[in-house]
Amino acid sequence: MPKVKLTTHLYRYFPELEQQELWVEGKYVKQMIDNLDVAAPGIKQYLLEDSGAVRRHVLVSIHDTLLIDRKTLSDNVPPDATLYIFQALTGG
Amino acid sequence: MAGKILLGTRKGTVIIEKQQAGWFVRPIMHQGIPVCYAAQDPRDGTLWACLDHGHWGPKLSRSHDGGKSWQDVLSLKYPQGARYIVKYLPTEDFDPQAPASDPEYQDASVYKIWNLTFGNSDQPGRIYAGTIPGGLFISDDGGDSWQLNRPLWDHESRGGDLFAGDATSENKWFGTPASIDYGVFEPGIHSIIVDPNNSQHLYVAASSVGVLQSTDGGLSWQGCNQGMLNDYLPDQQAEWGHDPHFVSACKSNANYLWQQNHCGVFFSDNGAKSWQKVSQPGNGVHFGFPIAADDKDGQTAWVVPAKADSERMTIDGGLFVARTTDGGKNWQKFTMGLPQNNAYDIVLRHALDAAGDCVCFASTTGNVYLSEDRGESWLCLGNHFPPVYSVRFADYA
Repeated sequence: MPKVKLTTHLYRYFPELEQQELWVEGKYVKQMIDNLDVAAPGIKQYLLEDSGAVRRHVLVSIHDTLLIDRKTLSDNVPPDATLYIFQALTGG
Repeated sequence: MAGKILLGTRKGTVIIEKQQAGWFVRPIMHQGIPVCYAAQDPRDGTLWACLDHGHWGPKLSRSHDGGKSWQDVLSLKYPQGARYIVKYLPTEDFDPQAPASDPEYQDASVYKIWNLTFGNSDQPGRIYAGTIPGGLFISDDGGDSWQLNRPLWDHESRGGDLFAGDATSENKWFGTPASIDYGVFEPGIHSIIVDPNNSQHLYVAASSVGVLQSTDGGLSWQGCNQGMLNDYLPDQQAEWGHDPHFVSACKSNANYLWQQNHCGVFFSDNGAKSWQKVSQPGNGVHFGFPIAADDKDGQTAWVVPAKADSERMTIDGGLFVARTTDGGKNWQKFTMGLPQNNAYDIVLRHALDAAGDCVCFASTTGNVYLSEDRGESWLCLGNHFPPVYSVRFADYA
């Protein structure tokens, strides 16, 4: 089952995820984020726009490959993969 | 007399409370998160903050215990199928007379929750939210669930019902520069007014669009920009494309409406059937962002002028508030307690409020000023706040 690693910034809003090894079922990124939202209700709205596309300043990668389909999240996730979710850096 | 002032700031929500010894600033809430609007629902005391996360999207946050704890409200979102016609920032070779090209469509997503307005006491759960990209949302259960107001979203001035198919009319809503931070150039609803004497009677104002009203509770909307004058389009009296920065109504009689517009101050004493320009360039009162109407006297309003759209700063380095008591025929300038040298404060559209004899404003340079004598003298409540986006009185009896 793929693993998810989140930016620590999200723990402020989803403290239940802190210190957790996150193993999330899903063959595609969309399925994984849907399932992550079951574990942490509301997190999908932090990561995705209303249309389901990845938010502009959110970065998702499978291992070290950036997500290609940011609109419908159809990229395939191998069972041994780690899905990284992090944010763009910003100024003050 | 108001008991509290709520600030929405770049670094969180601030409550300033009136105590026996004076006004006391409580520790900041939503630390580090931009809050573009904060206000209290006067019907039940709930505090609301519109969070403007840079990465995680806009969120509503509410507190039922006076700010001790806050909860996210995640239910405000565009429904599947909501689209808008994309606008782009005009380029140097932009020709407003050129024939329109085929519209380009974009799935809608909330970029900013710019304003919250609470219903009258006869609609206890009713709350309105104005957003970029130009959608009005309505809740009838105190904010637990929200619905996009389709009649406004599908308005013929925006291209018609885009849920049903392609545009059936031309999109005449322009984009607001306030949307550029989100990577788009789309309109935003920043002012929502509920007629205190008739809950079915509503006004909304959107940047680079104008003012619309509904007399049937939002089932239909009509533009009401008669008398408005812009100075940046070929047709200065065009029906659409006006740029209200903020619209404020007299709380006891919403026939009296005040508009600080990009092109001056405008006043209506007939429920926006027509507007009259009540300012002139070079006279102090003209350009600016916020405006506040008096609660009881529709002829009275306050503004905090800036120099010009091309110089968004104070006039000659001095900060002043202007008040009219005769529907904009005359403006009185008040400076007592306000810096008159080397002050360059700009006051944003939601950062001025009036409640009874109290008037308060705050600036993007983190200064907060309060008057308890209808704007005639000013007390500084602090100089080191984060840039302030909104100022609203609370616990106002």
